[in-house]
Amino acid sequence: MAFLELNGVGKGYGSGSKRVEVLRDIDLHVEEGEFVAVLGFSGTGKTTLISLIAGLIEPDAGEILLRGKKVDGPGPGRGVVFQNYSLLPWLTARQNIGLAVDHLFSDWDADKRAAHIDQHLKMVNLAAAGSKLPKELSGGMRQRVSVARTLAMNPDILLLDEPLGALDALTRGSLQGEIARIWAQDKKTVVLITNDPDEAIFLADRIFPLTPAVDGEGATLGPEFGVENLPRPRDKKRLNENADYKHLRNRITKYFMDVRHEQRKNIRHEEVLLPDLRPVVWETA
Amino acid sequence: MKDKLISTLSFAGFGWCVPVIRLTTGEDPNEQIRQIFLTIGVPVLTFGLFLLLWNGAASGVRTNLGTVPGPAQVVEQIRSLAQEHREERQKRTEFYARQAEKNKAQLAANPTEAVKVRKFTGRPTYLDQIFTSLRTVFTGFLIASLIAVPLGILCGMSKTLMTALNPLIQIFKPVSPVAWLPIVTMIVSAVYVVPREWMPKSYVISSITVALCCMWPSLINTAIGVKSIDKDYINVGRVLRLGFFSRVFRIVLPVSMPYIFAGLRISLGVGWVVLIASEMLSQNPGLGKFVWDEFQNGSSQSLARIMVAAFTIGLVGFVLDRIMIMLHQLVSYGQETH
Ligand SMILES: Nc1ncnc2c1ncn2[C@@H]1O[C@H](COP(=O)(O)OP(=O)(O)OP(=O)(O)O)[C@@H](O)[C@H]1O
Ligand SMILES: [Mg+2]
Repeated sequence: MAFLELNGVGKGYGSGSKRVEVLRDIDLHVEEGEFVAVLGFSGTGKTTLISLIAGLIEPDAGEILLRGKKVDGPGPGRGVVFQNYSLLPWLTARQNIGLAVDHLFSDWDADKRAAHIDQHLKMVNLAAAGSKLPKELSGGMRQRVSVARTLAMNPDILLLDEPLGALDALTRGSLQGEIARIWAQDKKTVVLITNDPDEAIFLADRIFPLTPAVDGEGATLGPEFGVENLPRPRDKKRLNENADYKHLRNRITKYFMDVRHEQRKNIRHEEVLLPDLRPVVWETA
Repeated sequence: MKDKLISTLSFAGFGWCVPVIRLTTGEDPNEQIRQIFLTIGVPVLTFGLFLLLWNGAASGVRTNLGTVPGPAQVVEQIRSLAQEHREERQKRTEFYARQAEKNKAQLAANPTEAVKVRKFTGRPTYLDQIFTSLRTVFTGFLIASLIAVPLGILCGMSKTLMTALNPLIQIFKPVSPVAWLPIVTMIVSAVYVVPREWMPKSYVISSITVALCCMWPSLINTAIGVKSIDKDYINVGRVLRLGFFSRVFRIVLPVSMPYIFAGLRISLGVGWVVLIASEMLSQNPGLGKFVWDEFQNGSSQSLARIMVAAFTIGLVGFVLDRIMIMLHQLVSYGQETH
């Protein structure tokens, strides 16, 4: 029995003729301490998948088990980092983390709670920004507060919904390093949602592509890509020269290209045919 | 320093004097003078034009109380009302001085005698009427807020409750104070049989009438504000398993504050408008009764006095609105206003 199990999970929205299937036949087993990434295009149902695991919504089909027990509603044991941070705008960074800590650890004394908050602010390199409001923080800083808030809940499993999706490439890179470091520290079970293959390869043990819906049937998970043979700690620069890495990256890219192609083929007859012309591109040597 | 002052002034609704400050510090004089003309000059000009038109038109209309008063007569009545106020206050001071002296003399003659302390019972002056009106409107507004905001929050959180209450809200919302008043009067008279001295029946009746008329904007706005809270904020509360009250006080209430205050602002405005009508009919002392009494009185000054009251009502309403706007901005601080 795996730590987290999704068996034949399906989810759709609406009813009657407005019914939209989003996810179908999702089977996912995650072991304790494992880092799993789910990779998919925008709008394929990644947030829906995370919300299901978090217990924020209920599956229409199948079951979700955590430690063998059916997931029934959200709880602090499953810490979610939401796609758009969702920090409360009228609370400072400290208070945002404090909201979680004060509520969950109300039996601790005030000093212990304050120390716990400090420790997590420090963990994400924001010790100096504790008294700032979210609007006074940059996107990357907000994201780090959001991660700190979730980590401070001491969850058994971390659910990260495109945590770095809204950031520029440079900030992304450095925060990926931070996530890797934090994960290496206490080896929490992590499910990471992302749309960036490099991010998935850099961080995860296993990668599952979320294959988009065909014919309105709902998206489902494709075959897994193992990343276990890339040694940790991983280094971005050295990774780029690693043959295994290149090979894996190519396989993943090819998989998604094929998926796209398959989709195109299915809707080809509805498309207006355009002349097969390509723009001229100046090659810079 | 200057920037701070400017931002404070704009925040308090005195944005129009910003160019003056800029001018005094010598910042681009030409532009500032143009701004002063636009923000101060133009409104002053229109007001002057209005006074002129009024003056011209007024002398042409004859009523059975004489000609319609122009600005000059109104100003004269303001003076006379102020004079009456001073005289009345003078009388009161003298009354209490005399009473104190008399009691002192009595005590000196016979230390065991229980001296009487009587309250001065003069006519309420115009200023007193304004304050009575303010007290009544705030009481009504307070009652309305205490009902509307909690109920609005519950409605926003529960679709069922909203659906259940919606017909009642829709039906009662447009009912005018004139219709509420007789109903409220009958009920209050039946329930509140022995009025306390500090809470006369007419005061209770007009407050409740105001409350009944002005609670709807707050109720609806609060419900909409709570309902439109970003789902992510609610989810944060759900993941933490916050209890009902923490959820309300730590998440729902702060997010919907701007909406609530926007509603309260409309409510207070409605309350003030409605109060005058309800005071007129319920004979609650205050500006409404002042207008009614002057109308019944029908002396040659009455029309001018009623006009003073009209300006007062407008001015007080304007000030109340400014205060509410400031409060609204205060609670919207740090969040994007929707
Ligand atoms: N509450 C809802 N009601 C109806 N449809 C919904 C709801 N939530 C999501 N959907 C639909 O489900 C599909 C998947 O949405 P979801 O948010 O899970 O995508 P996503 O993969 O997270 O996208 P993105 O990469 O843009 O975050 C979308 O087509 C969306 O319109
Ligand atoms: Mg999403």
